[in-house]
Amino acid sequence: MSRATLSHSTRPALKEPRWVRALFIAVALIFLTLFLFVPLAAVFVQAFSKGWATYLAAITDPDAISAIKLTLITAAIAVPLNLVFGVCAAWCIAKFEFRGKSFLLTLIDLPFSVSPVISGLIYVLLFGAQGWFGAWLQEHDIRILFAVPGIVLATVFVTFPFVARELIPLMQAQGNEEEEAAIVLGASGWNTFRRVTLPNIKWGLLYGVILCNARAMGEFGAVSVVSGHIRGETNTMPLHVEILYNEYNFAAAFAVASLLALLALLTLALKSFIEWRLQLNRADDSATRSTEH
Amino acid sequence: MAVTAPPILFKPQKAPFRVMPGFNLSLGFTIFYLTLIVLIPLSAVFLKTFTMTWPAFWSAVTSERVMASYRLTFGASLIAASINVVFGAIVAWVLVRYTFPGKRFIDALVDLPFALPTAVAGITLTALYSSNGWFGQYLEPLGIKVAFTPLGIVIALTFIGLPFVVRTVQPVLEDLEPEIEEAAASLGASSLQVFSRIIFPAILPSLLTGFALAFARATGEYGSVIFIAGNMPMVSEITPLFIITKLEQYDYAGATAIAVVMLVVSFLMLLSINLLQAWTRAKAAK
Repeated sequence: MSRATLSHSTRPALKEPRWVRALFIAVALIFLTLFLFVPLAAVFVQAFSKGWATYLAAITDPDAISAIKLTLITAAIAVPLNLVFGVCAAWCIAKFEFRGKSFLLTLIDLPFSVSPVISGLIYVLLFGAQGWFGAWLQEHDIRILFAVPGIVLATVFVTFPFVARELIPLMQAQGNEEEEAAIVLGASGWNTFRRVTLPNIKWGLLYGVILCNARAMGEFGAVSVVSGHIRGETNTMPLHVEILYNEYNFAAAFAVASLLALLALLTLALKSFIEWRLQLNRADDSATRSTEH
Repeated sequence: MAVTAPPILFKPQKAPFRVMPGFNLSLGFTIFYLTLIVLIPLSAVFLKTFTMTWPAFWSAVTSERVMASYRLTFGASLIAASINVVFGAIVAWVLVRYTFPGKRFIDALVDLPFALPTAVAGITLTALYSSNGWFGQYLEPLGIKVAFTPLGIVIALTFIGLPFVVRTVQPVLEDLEPEIEEAAASLGASSLQVFSRIIFPAILPSLLTGFALAFARATGEYGSVIFIAGNMPMVSEITPLFIITKLEQYDYAGATAIAVVMLVVSFLMLLSINLLQAWTRAKAAK
């Protein structure tokens, strides 16, 4: 590992002529500027186009506040659920051998390949007025669709694989030796997980949680299908942005959007930090291993 | 006597003693949660279509308006994914091979389309490319209309798919052994030959994987597209939007039938992506 990184920095890059290098860098930067940097800057410029007062008014509007609250509540339910699932799935897939494992992995990835609109549609088919449980729910006066439970369910579905996906390869790479040693020395299963596994996977876990959270707070398509768009009740932040935009209230739409863009930037910053930590851990591991041998 | 001993000896091999605890609990919960959240709801889509007669299903998924939306969705996704292959490869190359100021910052920002909510991307791109926007005001006099046309859809899908190719090609480029290129060069290969004979074959599987991932994501995309598309039936209406239109008309069966078509395409894409990734790993192992 350390050898590989060394050879990168001293790689004799650069047999191709200077102008080729300059050309490639220029093309990459122009492409990224047009497609990434300018749109990102535009969110904030548009948000402040009518001044601070309008910006503050837009994000402290009661409907905006209730949208922010609903978004936070949804993420607060969906992320822990998928976290528990992710740890369970990673434990059985990474620590044990069993038949049908790769099939199980494919099934866990399924929600990523389903269109957000279909992710919402499936809950309409289950809980809608004409759905499987529709009549029963109506009888018992339980609202799932066009209410908070539907939004939470759709969010859980679209963020389903995030934590599991980060943890499985990480735990597979770490192997079972440390846990087995703890068990053989008499630790209980729970203590082994808490004292041995958890410290080893904490950065990977956090990485999955951050990505899961970003998607949970930003999901639009699936939530839009199940929400019913009731202002102040079933609007999440992205849906609130859509409503304001469709009312031609652009400054307010971009003000709320800028909060989501800030969340995205924060997510990217944390992600880079964790990637750096993970790399550090791996470098440590290979360093201790090479001194041992 | 000795004949009866072996079966006992071999028994542990048949059912190995597991040191690690929690297999049944973790697998049980995983399958329970997976079934509850993913499998039962998804199966509802297929079961719902079984309530339709075959002619009704067929006419729902092949009506003129749906066919137009398939052409638009898959066509625009194909173009966007192709743009991302070309520029994604260049970005990955530049990030791995060269050093320049701000590289780490740019590297981190490549993932922005994954982190930025799609609705935010949608309204921002629309504002940029509408006739009085930062880009639109210069493009319009040239006769290029982007916002509210299929071209706008391509732009939005390119944005959404941007990180896929970069992130699949980047690790492969990093793992390339510099010795091989040096050997080729010292044996007299030109830069172009080194690229076409050594580097390109090595990154080809990852390029295709990135293309497939970007394409698959683009076909299902909704949030970033609907703002910029204009959503005119037959012209700029994507298939996911058409599903929503059907739902709003309470035509659940019609919406579900189209969803089945989209799901089948997604599953085929997932299958080919898995095969491509297996190919990438096989190539890396060589």
